[in-house]
Amino acid sequence: MGMDNEQKRNDLAALQAKLAQSRGKDLWRGLEEVSETEEFNRWLDDEFPNRGTLPHVDRRDFLKFMGASMLLAGLSGCRFLPKSHIVPHVMGPEDRVTGIAVYYATTFVQDGFGTGVLVRTYEGRPLKIEGNALHPSSLGATNATMQAAMQTMYDPDRAKLVTYRGEPSTWELALGTFRKCIEQTKKGELGPIAVLTPLTTSPTFAAWMRKFVSQTGARWYQYDGVGRDAAREGVRMAFGDDTTPVYDFKKANVVVSLDADFFSEGPGHVRYTRDFADRRRVHGEDVQLNRVYAVESTPNLVGAFADNKKRCKASEVRQVAEALATAIGMGSGGSAPASVGDSFVQQAAQELLANRGSCVVVPGEHQPKEVHALAHAMNVFLGNAGLTVTYVEPVEADSKNGVLSLSRLVEAMGAGQVGTLLILGGNPAFDAPADLNFAAALGKVEHTFHMGVYANETSELCDWHLPEAYFLEAWGDARAHDGTASIIQPLIEPLYDGKSQLELVAALCNDPRGGLDLVRDFWMKERGLTKEAWEKSLHDGVIEGTASREVAATLQPLNLDPAPATSGLEVIFRPDPTIGDGFYANNGWLQELPKPLTKTTWDNCVYVSPKTAEELKLNVWRDADNPQHDLAEVTVGSASVRAPVIIQPGHPDGAITLHVGYGRTKAGLIGDGCGSNVYPLRTTATMHFAGNASLKVVGKAKVANTQYHHSMHGRDIVRYGSVSKYKENPTLEPPGTMHIGGHGKDEDKYNLFRQGKKDHAFDGHQWAMVVDLGLCVGCNACVAACNVENNIAVVGKDQVINGREMHWIRIDRYYGSKDGAPSLDSPDTHFMPLACMHCEMAPCEPVCPVAATVHSAEGLNMMVYNRCVGTRYCSNNCPYKVRRFNFLYFTKQYEKPSLKMLMNPDVTVRSRGVMEKCTFCVQRINKARIEEKKSGVPLKDGDVITACQQACPTQAIIFGDLTDEQSQVNKWRHEQRNYTLLPELGIRPRTTYLAKVTNPNEEVEA
Amino acid sequence: MPQIFSKKANTYSRVSLFCLLALPAGAIMAGMAITRGPAQTNVGMPLDQPVPFSHKHHVEELGIDCRYCHASVETSAKAGVPTTETCMSCHAHIWTNSPLLEPVRKSYETGVPIKWQKINKVPEFVYFDHSIHIARGINCNTCHGPVQDMHITWKGQYFFMRWCLECHREPEKYLYVNPRDPEKEPRQKAFDLYSLNKYGEDLTPVEWRNLDGSDLKFSKDQIAEGKKLVEKWGVKVKQLTDCWTCHR
Repeated sequence: MGMDNEQKRNDLAALQAKLAQSRGKDLWRGLEEVSETEEFNRWLDDEFPNRGTLPHVDRRDFLKFMGASMLLAGLSGCRFLPKSHIVPHVMGPEDRVTGIAVYYATTFVQDGFGTGVLVRTYEGRPLKIEGNALHPSSLGATNATMQAAMQTMYDPDRAKLVTYRGEPSTWELALGTFRKCIEQTKKGELGPIAVLTPLTTSPTFAAWMRKFVSQTGARWYQYDGVGRDAAREGVRMAFGDDTTPVYDFKKANVVVSLDADFFSEGPGHVRYTRDFADRRRVHGEDVQLNRVYAVESTPNLVGAFADNKKRCKASEVRQVAEALATAIGMGSGGSAPASVGDSFVQQAAQELLANRGSCVVVPGEHQPKEVHALAHAMNVFLGNAGLTVTYVEPVEADSKNGVLSLSRLVEAMGAGQVGTLLILGGNPAFDAPADLNFAAALGKVEHTFHMGVYANETSELCDWHLPEAYFLEAWGDARAHDGTASIIQPLIEPLYDGKSQLELVAALCNDPRGGLDLVRDFWMKERGLTKEAWEKSLHDGVIEGTASREVAATLQPLNLDPAPATSGLEVIFRPDPTIGDGFYANNGWLQELPKPLTKTTWDNCVYVSPKTAEELKLNVWRDADNPQHDLAEVTVGSASVRAPVIIQPGHPDGAITLHVGYGRTKAGLIGDGCGSNVYPLRTTATMHFAGNASLKVVGKAKVANTQYHHSMHGRDIVRYGSVSKYKENPTLEPPGTMHIGGHGKDEDKYNLFRQGKKDHAFDGHQWAMVVDLGLCVGCNACVAACNVENNIAVVGKDQVINGREMHWIRIDRYYGSKDGAPSLDSPDTHFMPLACMHCEMAPCEPVCPVAATVHSAEGLNMMVYNRCVGTRYCSNNCPYKVRRFNFLYFTKQYEKPSLKMLMNPDVTVRSRGVMEKCTFCVQRINKARIEEKKSGVPLKDGDVITACQQACPTQAIIFGDLTDEQSQVNKWRHEQRNYTLLPELGIRPRTTYLAKVTNPNEEVEA
Repeated sequence: MPQIFSKKANTYSRVSLFCLLALPAGAIMAGMAITRGPAQTNVGMPLDQPVPFSHKHHVEELGIDCRYCHASVETSAKAGVPTTETCMSCHAHIWTNSPLLEPVRKSYETGVPIKWQKINKVPEFVYFDHSIHIARGINCNTCHGPVQDMHITWKGQYFFMRWCLECHREPEKYLYVNPRDPEKEPRQKAFDLYSLNKYGEDLTPVEWRNLDGSDLKFSKDQIAEGKKLVEKWGVKVKQLTDCWTCHR
């Protein structure tokens, strides 16, 4: 402590030199690790990091507490049998057997587009969302948001009542008031009615909206906090008409991403990730990888995965697109910005031209329309249309340019031309562009209604708030990225007094029927579905033959306006990687999910490159007992926002990134006060990035970052290499790797953990897992899926700072240097999912004084909560640091009545003082094994699927039985690139990894 | 100098010394007796139920199969408690005016479920699965006591882990086949016991024990037979005592 900032700041040039010279490893986890400052190492090695924040207890008091604890510990087992009751049904529901879970197909809607899901219900209560293999947007996989959505369903902070100016009211009064407004409007006593909705693809909802509009003369506006305006306008610009591009990454040998993150955003991204991964599978000699060239501004998942990557400011991506267009022989002029370089563009162009019809250029969701138009033009020029990208009839219903639409609405409101405003969903008072001043305009409307799952910032300003039924509670429909329609089928009656948007609009059209009738009538009467087809659609979760038809993509001459020059420090606005536009701010599972690349939780930060940080004098590391980040104030125009600084290698220089969605004030218990609100910085003209920002340091702040918890001290961890290296040496093993462990001959000679006759008596199935690092894109779906399946507690920001997050699986992010060219500025990024490895010679077992962690016959390392007394010796002795301890009563939160319903009854809810860790989803194993014994039919490969494996969009995780010769897991373990993490320990982990094979173009200049 | 202690003191000191050792020991033994006895475990204590349902009448006297009411016992972890509808499938026709059945009729009319007192409850940390035990031919009464003799149902076993492990460690003692029809599915055999008993068939000792829920000496022959069954059915004995088989 005590040194001033100037001295404490890391010298980046020295770091770079250090990295280049001598560390004997080329993987690092972050700047602090490279710098190896004394403070950092002290913090890392400390059993209680941030001990400055812990209460001080002296030795005597400690002994007193210990004595008292031991005396009282015995009493905790004393109690009389609790009385309980059995309450059977009066009339047994058909097809429901107590204790057996049932799956139903429904549709999850994200940003307006539907993804088919199967929801597991347990005695009528939905518990877990899985992907629907029949649905084109899912193919059986999910993303983190879909997984965590279950917590939103049972969120105790959801809107429960109809309220009028904050006071409880009723649906009758609300609807009566609205109907009166309609009457008055018809008589001309009141201004026109306006309806503001988010983007929608629902055919039924759109039909009813049209009916409502024609009945009442209302105007329909659309706006989303993070919309798709640029993508839509870009298509219009290129083709003169609305179409929706549908990509087919399976057919693409070369993928060029113009700041696109098709792994985590945009319609169909889960499907795209699956398709993409199918082109990255390496089996033995069969190496047919696609190649990804990525230009990125804010580092994203595609960039992290890319074989060749360049970074530039968000505003410069258009220049890259123009240069690329020129290089492939269309358009004229334009050269790539210096940060990208000609070599990259020329090489990418050459490969695109060599793969006409089997390549694709993908524009980023948050790039301006010109970039989209250029990308589509290039795709058509390269003959990709109809092959790797298909243009289909628009999927969105009555789509509007959100920013334009909202501007018009605000204009009308300001001019007093709106008598009644109905806002369905959304939160424009929070996320509208700042220059529109939506909140002020709202005050000029006589009657305002807001419908939402939560009563949010917008409801606060409206007269009426109407509780909306969540998608698991109401009927509806939605369309997938390719237009395929599917039904939203409720799994449970609305928990609160909610109705769906569809039911509300129908009720305002004087049709009081429920959602089922509305949706069924639409599909059976207006779309001619037979009863059988309707039932099949409900069962399958897909309505057959509803995909959008392909349209001829005829290119219009592109007349691009000259790119507006941005100068000064650039701010890039992005939706938050976990909580999105802010809707999920009150979802603890998403708040605590580490952001894929920076591993921060609970906050939005100012992301800045090392070089720019140096220029702006932003600090990297300080006091070890109480680490803090610089708190920066970013000012754009007259608005400013304060957020902690994260120095992110790979971020473009001269720019900073701010994520919107945080800074909610009416989100609920969890979301209020987290992070800071970036929306006020965004204007209609600068929805994606803005120039001329200024930044100053105004203080310090704590950031809950999981990156450095449980460090593995830089051993040979992530194994990777290029295709050429792989062909030379398929093991991709670095020279000098020790081989005393593993399953080799010398094992017994060296194995510290050899237990002679006491060796485990393995019997029956032998479970194992293999993770293909070449497929992991770091999307976090597995982490979220594990949370839901295994009742993982949310611990809160303070406890994450103390390193007490409870996730059973974590995704480590490593920065690597390109061969011979280590770089702080543009490092390679690697992800490694890590859960309990279930070591055959588990080091955690012999150190447990109460045998609370022992081995099973099937090779599982079992954790027995009731035996655990919390010594944490096991965690100390775990080389992978995958054990998690309940320092506090974290699961107390789940005692709230609605959250109780969220808990998976197949898994124990752990209490305070107990160690826990990944179980290989033993509840699923047990279930399968019991079925196997009952039926006498041996288990097939794939009968047991872990939650992480099931969610994974790229199928990077394989789980199965080693005794089954034909199992996938055995095949993967026999790949030459299969390797054991820390093999020198000889602990024989059951989880192994496949080394990552990359496919870089070596010709591209660094 | 007079003696400080009278002769009585010898007795006092002996008694005191004895008590010093015996009282704590006694207290511990009393505690153990209480925790193992019906006062704490409720074993053998009929509990008040909203309807005085008699298993003896329905099972022993009428011969209704267990699975008529506990329908999911073969397929699910939970045996299931009958719905009001199930009761009414008979009682809409017989005993329609019985005052004892008033709560059932009321439940059927109003749609409000009957709230039964739970008798058999394993601790929350135990994930017990009925179906697999039935599939192995473990009879209901092995755990639930002589149900066919209960007028008002009581708890048959104390469900201590030690008791579960008796079978999980040595399943050969509890596995048996129907000697009259050795090829009969073990699942079916378990339920046949009640009718065999009802119609006065001679039961083998192991069958009798399964019906009675009582402990008997295990004969060597029977254990040898059981071991053959363990082999034949592929019961993985090591796995049965894995913690995660029941706790997770």
